[in-house]
Amino acid sequence: MFQGLSDKLQETFKRLKGKGKLTEEDVSEAMREVRMALLEADVNYKVVKEFVAKVKERSIGQEVLESLSPAQHVIKIVNEEMVALMGSVSSKINISSKPPTVILLVGLQGAGKTTHAAKLATLLKKQGKHPLMVACDIYRPAAVKQLQVLGEQIKVPVFSIDGENPVKIAQESIRHANSQGQDVVIIDTAGRLHINEELMGELRDIKATVRPHEILLVVDAMTGQDAVNVAESFHSELGVDGIILTKLDGDTRGGAALSIKAVTGCPIKFAGIGEKMEALEPFYPERMASRILGMGDVLTLIEKA
Amino acid sequence: MAGFFAKLKEGLTKTRDQFVTKVEEILTGRRKIDEDLYEELEEVLIRSDVGVTTSLELVQRLRQEVKKRKLSEAQELREVLKEEIADLLGEEVPLQFAESGPSVLLVVGVNGVGKTTTIGKLAHYFQDEGKKVILAAGDTFRAAAIDQLEIWGQRAGVEVIKQREGADPAAVAFDAIHYAKTRSVDLIIMDTAGRLHNKVNLMEELKKVKRVIEREIPGAPHEVLLVLDATTGQNALQQAKIFQEAAGVTGIVLTKLDGTAKGGVVLGIQGEVKIPVKWVGVGEGMEDLRPFVPQDFANALFSQ
Ligand SMILES: Nc1nc2c(ncn2[C@@H]2O[C@H](COP(=O)(O)OP(=O)(O)OP(=O)(O)O)[C@@H](O)[C@H]2O)c(=O)[nH]1
Ligand SMILES: Nc1nc2c(ncn2[C@@H]2O[C@H](COP(=O)(O)OP(=O)(O)OP(=O)(O)O)[C@@H](O)[C@H]2O)c(=O)[nH]1
Ligand SMILES: [Mg+2]
Ligand SMILES: [Mg+2]
Repeated sequence: MFQGLSDKLQETFKRLKGKGKLTEEDVSEAMREVRMALLEADVNYKVVKEFVAKVKERSIGQEVLESLSPAQHVIKIVNEEMVALMGSVSSKINISSKPPTVILLVGLQGAGKTTHAAKLATLLKKQGKHPLMVACDIYRPAAVKQLQVLGEQIKVPVFSIDGENPVKIAQESIRHANSQGQDVVIIDTAGRLHINEELMGELRDIKATVRPHEILLVVDAMTGQDAVNVAESFHSELGVDGIILTKLDGDTRGGAALSIKAVTGCPIKFAGIGEKMEALEPFYPERMASRILGMGDVLTLIEKA
Repeated sequence: MAGFFAKLKEGLTKTRDQFVTKVEEILTGRRKIDEDLYEELEEVLIRSDVGVTTSLELVQRLRQEVKKRKLSEAQELREVLKEEIADLLGEEVPLQFAESGPSVLLVVGVNGVGKTTTIGKLAHYFQDEGKKVILAAGDTFRAAAIDQLEIWGQRAGVEVIKQREGADPAAVAFDAIHYAKTRSVDLIIMDTAGRLHNKVNLMEELKKVKRVIEREIPGAPHEVLLVLDATTGQNALQQAKIFQEAAGVTGIVLTKLDGTAKGGVVLGIQGEVKIPVKWVGVGEGMEDLRPFVPQDFANALFSQ
């Protein structure tokens, strides 16, 4: 299907002899193929619509470059727009001038919050910080234990209070961090559905109590069309500062990245690429674009042209 | 526990009650079947994660039926579409059990989809049916995975067979089977670590677990259930194909249908690998498991 996109575009443009300008008709047909490829990569259909419209507008009337075929030319535009959309790399955590810096991790069930709390702690520790992890998931069986086991592995302390509610635990953790000289507090929360009002309320309360410097939404890269609803809800309820896209070590196209960026405008800060503690990378928009298009090689060729 | 069974029978009524369908919306206020209508239906399907290929195929079949049945009213499309979807999903396939001795149900899937939770729910369900159930803690990798399963075991009131973290999951399977044989256990439900299907070594590990089960009980595992997260997009197709090849999946459990995702990707899966959906997960509680009813699902796919 995907190596496909470039082949199909070549096919579409076959009758287009010579160079000259791309007409609306040429481009329309090509856009159908682009649309299909993006949808198959799980880019949200609304995002696809707008995206395709933009690419189309840019493509019509364009003088095709000597060095590129019309198909390659369209792919070049698609790629540029995609990188621009996902762009502005910033895999920095907002570090507060007045410690502790508070990071709040939120997201749907099973997205990878707990694992990434520990991965972030590992990263920050390497940068000379003294992180404290906070177990605010009091619902999922053994969630606190999971964080404790990870804490032991990476030698980072874990704060928890038996039988207390998450808001109170979060609040107390700041006090604890201050008294122990921990300069970063990473709060793990329970997975929740974006439509669960009670639990979304709990997050608002935690936010109001601890005033996080960084609220990170953890999203599974395999997410389909629903990614936009999820991201939109979390963002409008909490004001998300950045995204962690997890499980990119799989073979998913990862169109969710494009969808989420398009609806929230929040930067994708990190990519999770495995279950191990070191499996965390900064997010690279260019790599993601070729992954979504499934055309790494084609793009490299075009860039050289 | 009568309430529990009543709840199960309700199926997905919650979704059915909110049955102000997108399809309904498209069909009402329109008289004739036209090109726009087909396009809008295709969009509804794509928005439900059905995927472009399967959506186009479904709409194509719809066109053929319309021709064959000489339909012209938009209203008449509704039933045809539901028929086509139900057709694609196939019949409900009951779970397989051993004729005598313990049955083994192996639960597999990628990370975080809901395997362990589903096992807790299944244990409760079958225990309630009067079966003697034990759980095997085959996820020896993830932090506190064994503790998590043990809590579910306590909730459901069933025994959990386990080894240390880091132990060989095949050895856990072996232990559980021996325990089951000596204590007249009816059903062993085995948890496994989440693994991405593209990780060859982890898929090999799964094959080994399966081989040990086969060797210890001829005909086992009686069911290999693949757990899919309804929020997953087109990657679920890949998951189904590769887990099927590696472990011979016999059924799908579609979890997290209590969210807003529709899980339409299972339609695409039916086209590529015929694996019946057997259960759906609709929450994090012990009773939030429902048998899969194709008709309900077809309806829910179009709810808003
Ligand atoms: N392959 C892979 N697995 C990951 C990654 N991140 C997390 N996981 C796995 O995904 C599963 C779920 O991760 P958790 O950290 O427990 O997710 P969570 O969001 O805390 O889950 P809940 O607390 O239940 O909502 C575990 O099996 C993790 O090991 C990743 O980047 N790649
Ligand atoms: N809303 C909802 N959440 C669910 C459902 N099933 C499971 N979950 C949640 O999803 C998260 C992951 O569930 P687990 O059962 O730990 O998933 P798993 O596949 O065993 O995860 P790993 O072992 O880490 O691969 C937990 O927070 C569960 O409570 C469901 O049907 N609906
Ligand atoms: Mg967690
Ligand atoms: Mg598990």
